[in-house]
Amino acid sequence: MTPHDGHGHDHHGHHHDHAPIEEHEAPPGAFQHLERAVRELLIEKGVLTAEQISRQIDVMESRSPALGARVVAKAWADPAFRDALRADARAAVGMMGIAIPDLPRLVALENAPGLHNLVVCTLCSCYPRMLLGIPPAWYKSAPYRSRAVRDPRGVLAEFGVTLPAGTRIRVSDSTADLRFLVVPERPAGTEGWSEDQLGALVTRDSMIGTGLALPP
Amino acid sequence: MAEPRLAPGTPVRVRVGFPTTHCRTPFFLRGATGIVEAFVGVFHDPEKLAYHKPGLPGRALYRVRFDHLGPDGAPTGDEVIADIYDHWLEASR
Repeated sequence: MTPHDGHGHDHHGHHHDHAPIEEHEAPPGAFQHLERAVRELLIEKGVLTAEQISRQIDVMESRSPALGARVVAKAWADPAFRDALRADARAAVGMMGIAIPDLPRLVALENAPGLHNLVVCTLCSCYPRMLLGIPPAWYKSAPYRSRAVRDPRGVLAEFGVTLPAGTRIRVSDSTADLRFLVVPERPAGTEGWSEDQLGALVTRDSMIGTGLALPP
Repeated sequence: MAEPRLAPGTPVRVRVGFPTTHCRTPFFLRGATGIVEAFVGVFHDPEKLAYHKPGLPGRALYRVRFDHLGPDGAPTGDEVIADIYDHWLEASR
């Protein structure tokens, strides 16, 4: 290796080592400026405190699909809870100690033999964050939002979901004040399983409708 | 609370309108005919809330079921349910 090559290599390596840091230090985009300006104004004017904002971020980060999976597993294992979930999903999950806001209202959509539910928000990205956390990027993407209502079978096929022949797909568009949690069908061969065991079979996508519960 | 104007099973057509202001009625359903599945409740009007108004009077909200149509315009047997506010729904025959 010539000295020149060595220099070139070192220079390349130096650049490469620092690339991730440069990405983080890139000038903030318009939305970052906007968020910071609004946040600082709200704090300066006493509308919100920095502590309240931090706490809300903590609350949102504490929400994950594991919460929804607990709800689905309980609905599978406990018929009384399943009935309560049908009648008033918010009250039912509240009985499990999962506090969710009054609005938007929560509705459980139960899959059944011959019926498969799929959830989308064609207008924006409404999602049952109180039970599933932050939505995946694809859920907010224009292709998913437009194609879930236009070609739901094609979308499901791309997610690897094949439904038995004759299964009707019911797409729920979260256009207004309701948020939807799909209750997938309980997999065969799980008789007598505990709620914890069942919950491990409930994926995020199965609660959106772009997946099925895992086989045991 | 306003009494629900539309009973479950009522055929309805989504009004064709193109306000330039905020609304929660998807474009792809404007002019579509569906069936009222259920009355959900009365909610603050999102078309007013979006402009920092109280959103009163509230609007009745319905779950409305539509046939999913294939590329040829024929029903595929699948369905789309959307939540549509009362003032976007007209009686259909």
